[in-house]
Amino acid sequence: MSEHIVSSKIYVGIWAALMCLTVITATVAFVDLGPMNTVVALVIATLKALLVVLFFMHVKYASEKLTKMVIISAVFWLLILLFLSLADYTTRAAGHA
Amino acid sequence: MADSPLTIEHEEGLRHQFADMEQQRNAASLGMWIFLGTEIMFFGGMFLAYLIYRYWYYNEFAAGSRSIDIYLGAINTGVLICSSLTVALGVRAAQLGKRKLLVTLLLLTLLFGLAFLAIKGIEWYDKFEEHHVPGNSFSAQDIIEKYPQLHIDPRPTQIYFSLYFAMTGLHALHMIVGVLIFSFVTYYAWKGRYTPEYHTPVEISGLYWHFVDIVWIYLFPLLYLIDRKPLK
Repeated sequence: MSEHIVSSKIYVGIWAALMCLTVITATVAFVDLGPMNTVVALVIATLKALLVVLFFMHVKYASEKLTKMVIISAVFWLLILLFLSLADYTTRAAGHA
Repeated sequence: MADSPLTIEHEEGLRHQFADMEQQRNAASLGMWIFLGTEIMFFGGMFLAYLIYRYWYYNEFAAGSRSIDIYLGAINTGVLICSSLTVALGVRAAQLGKRKLLVTLLLLTLLFGLAFLAIKGIEWYDKFEEHHVPGNSFSAQDIIEKYPQLHIDPRPTQIYFSLYFAMTGLHALHMIVGVLIFSFVTYYAWKGRYTPEYHTPVEISGLYWHFVDIVWIYLFPLLYLIDRKPLK
């Protein structure tokens, strides 16, 4: 079994997609979408992160399932940190205590 | 007598605890991903602090975000994406055993990395000039006058700038470490150490570089794009 070698066309394509998404996210920020501005910015950022992880970091082609499990666990752990903490702070009574 | 380690024949570059090159590569990348998992938690604490304070002091965060240069931030995002491309193509060059191409791509990566740090330096310099660095000489007067509609309080505005400096600073520190790692990788690539069979350091430091890129992919919208829409 040899390593999967990704064609340079795919890499350049991913690069072009990342550049376009950067321009889109910076442009959309100037349009008033109400609270959706933040949502759009984070969705685009997550899309970009996924492209980097899957293609540039070769996770799409990784043969080792354990690697994928480590990545998913790490992200899941981060989400526990963020969501459970925010569930506390955003539901407290006024006064920031 | 069992074979002494010296007499066991194995592939060039294969450590004797691994069955084959593929297992050795997988073990290396698994180890790197576990390290990156700890890095996610390391940055995660800062992102959490950011989210909580942003929730409490949204207007101050919005005004602080308006005061930093979105163009420099966007250009830097582009610079990092270009550097990630050169790293990805570099790993490919190593896999194919193209030494000259690998060295060229690694040098380009270093150039992009240093360009990122230089642009970040300009940005920080502006913030020092504007007295937006938290501490005794901090002043949000210019921001208060520029955005009276937001009714901001200067004290929590310092929290935004503290997080701005801490998060971009921690990221820049990772960039500096990345540049140092890639300097070594470039040197060894130039010496011809990496072959299609053995190029684990290129692949592994590439994973680190892409991870630092991803952190920036989130820092850009969170710090620069909080509130850019026209104020009523």
